[in-house]
Amino acid sequence: MRKLSRREVIKLGAGVTTGAALGSAGMSFATSAAAAEMPFKPEPGARLRLLRWKRFVQGDEDLFEKNIAKFTKLTGVPVRVDHESWEDVRPKAAVAANIGSGPDIIIAWYDDPHQYPDKLIDMTDVAEDLGKRYGGWYPAARTYGTRNGRWISIPWGAAGNAMVYRGSWLKEAGFERFPEDTAGLLKLCRALKKNGHPPGFALGNAGGDGNVWTHWLLWSHGGKLVDENNQPAVVSPETEASLEFARQLYETFIPGTTSWLDANNNKAFLAGKIGLTANGISVYYAAKKGKLPIASDIQHANLPVGPVGRPMELHLLTQMMGMGYSKYPKAVKSLIHFLMSKEQYLPWQQASIGYITQPLKAYASNPVWTEDPKHTPYRDCVARMVSNGYAGALGYASAQVMADYVVVNMVAEAASGTLTPKEAMKRAEKRVARYYRI
Amino acid sequence: MDSDPDMTLHAEARAAPVRVGLWTRFNNSRNLLGWLFMLPAATVLLAFLAYPLGLGIWLGFTDARIGRTGVFVGLENYAFLGDDAVFWLSVFNTVLYTATASVIKFGLGLYLSILLNNRMPFKALIRAIVLLPFIVPTVLSAIAFWWIYDSQFSIISWALVKLGWIDGYINFLGDRNLARASVIAANIWRGIPFVAITLLAGLQTISPALYEAATLDGATPWQRFRYVTLPMLTPIIAVVMTFSVLFTFADFQLIWVLTRGGPINATHLMATLSYQRAIPGGNIGEGAAIAIAMIPFLLAAILFSYFGLQRRRWQQGEEDA
Repeated sequence: MRKLSRREVIKLGAGVTTGAALGSAGMSFATSAAAAEMPFKPEPGARLRLLRWKRFVQGDEDLFEKNIAKFTKLTGVPVRVDHESWEDVRPKAAVAANIGSGPDIIIAWYDDPHQYPDKLIDMTDVAEDLGKRYGGWYPAARTYGTRNGRWISIPWGAAGNAMVYRGSWLKEAGFERFPEDTAGLLKLCRALKKNGHPPGFALGNAGGDGNVWTHWLLWSHGGKLVDENNQPAVVSPETEASLEFARQLYETFIPGTTSWLDANNNKAFLAGKIGLTANGISVYYAAKKGKLPIASDIQHANLPVGPVGRPMELHLLTQMMGMGYSKYPKAVKSLIHFLMSKEQYLPWQQASIGYITQPLKAYASNPVWTEDPKHTPYRDCVARMVSNGYAGALGYASAQVMADYVVVNMVAEAASGTLTPKEAMKRAEKRVARYYRI
Repeated sequence: MDSDPDMTLHAEARAAPVRVGLWTRFNNSRNLLGWLFMLPAATVLLAFLAYPLGLGIWLGFTDARIGRTGVFVGLENYAFLGDDAVFWLSVFNTVLYTATASVIKFGLGLYLSILLNNRMPFKALIRAIVLLPFIVPTVLSAIAFWWIYDSQFSIISWALVKLGWIDGYINFLGDRNLARASVIAANIWRGIPFVAITLLAGLQTISPALYEAATLDGATPWQRFRYVTLPMLTPIIAVVMTFSVLFTFADFQLIWVLTRGGPINATHLMATLSYQRAIPGGNIGEGAAIAIAMIPFLLAAILFSYFGLQRRRWQQGEEDA
């Protein structure tokens, strides 16, 4: 295998950070007659503004624009789309919701709709219709979209994370297939380290990758930040076990992961410095697009199941919110329903190369998940997901705890040996209590 | 209106000269005109400096969230912060960052300015090059440092390994104290040109006659520096270091790009923590309280420079009374 030069790696890393630009998957789709019979019709003379996060893969934006153009053609409703960097959508959405003016539809993240539920259009009819048509919502998607039994937003999908590893190095380590439980994972990591291909998971203040894998680590061992009544519940034997596991896992990591931000693991993996990490599908696509020889060796697997015995994963969930101040609520519902419908969603998902996992069960049969078997693990991300703030409710507190990296810091403290697992979880409990105002 | 015509006449007769007088007086009044000319500047200051500052102070006393005004909660935010280990860590980090970086920037900047003040070939070119770190946008130089400090691709680690001096890559941003040292070094690199070039400007205003006189009196180079250069430079040093301390104290971009405050909040400054809590976290009230908590430190720095460094006696090279 050709070795990568430093310069090439740097270029690649830059490509990964800015988001892999990919050609459209080239799917053709006819404007179906079914689309004309929309269950939600816009008001006459309506016009819409939509704010979304800026795409990570070019195909997403291309197909999104195409779908919007199709909607305008069908209904005559002009739609202006604004793109903002993903971290800027949250504050903008909060301001728009609370001052009561701005885009009619905002596509935001995680707990956003739960911070101003009364400022949003009730989407129950749209969600129920979509659920009926397309095999129902995954439970975690329902949790994110509903509050007190009413739908306040429509989950669009999740940018899923999976284990990304090198197939040949897995075999070399003596494994036929990727381990499905955390005990097996630890064995694999030890073997990988012994062979000089250590794993690496982000432990710096990385908003995406860092949060995703540390929450999985905590939850899959039965630990949680709060209980069902939103009472702090960090201190528990389960949390301690998860941190003890983190400490053992960390011993196998490549040095420096406590400094890793979101892009570091992509760079290190593509350069062949690590044999295993948790990431979105973007590493694979950067390798494929850059025609790197390692592309064929990259493999994916779902995050292993821990002692609790069922998948407990966090993924970057994104949702569409209809803003209550909109003058055209019917048009809002019409557009959201249109974008979520099969005719638009499947080609869009295909063009996004599986970057976004569907919240509706029927879309699991999208060929994007099977045309390349390496995509398949990402298909199940939403099915394996629980919601942020588990086992408590979504809202201000859950959003703040994540933004303040409470879980990432706790795992990093225990893993790196800065604090013992006991001390780390006590400290985290104190921080959690502050946000839940106990 | 049916008032007495005579009265109206009187009133007009009385009013007329006053009206003229006001205009003339206004026209001739340097004071009033001065105020008028200051009005645009004052408006700008009030609208863009005083108002946001006042608003920030107010927000610190509320439980405001992004877009929601919130209600007055008194000192609750500050009480919460007082009990928050991460906040105190950020205070410690900020003081350490500012103190270390400022002292080193001053030392190296002064040294560099004295070097640059000597006669040398390509003087103008060299001075221009020295300014480069200051000209490059912070975010760009921060990204360069991000690569330099990368745990896997660091050029420093790579070179040292190739030279055979070290075995493994240096964990620049992953070890807590090393991370602090690394971000301080990056800040120093960026801040030196400002100190050096400004002090150089100060050096050039010192009359050569003073040095001639000192030389004639038999002063050694050290004595010339200590009793001529330093006292003459003190007013400039006061201004430069005040600015330098303020910039360093409120640094944000460098940290945000390099570490986001990690590892385990070891490099979180008050400014970055304030942003993290206020914008991604949505808690504007607490974010504002952290920002306001920076003010006493900044005031102390300014007061120190004004009442400390600008003392006449110091400037005249005498001991403090």
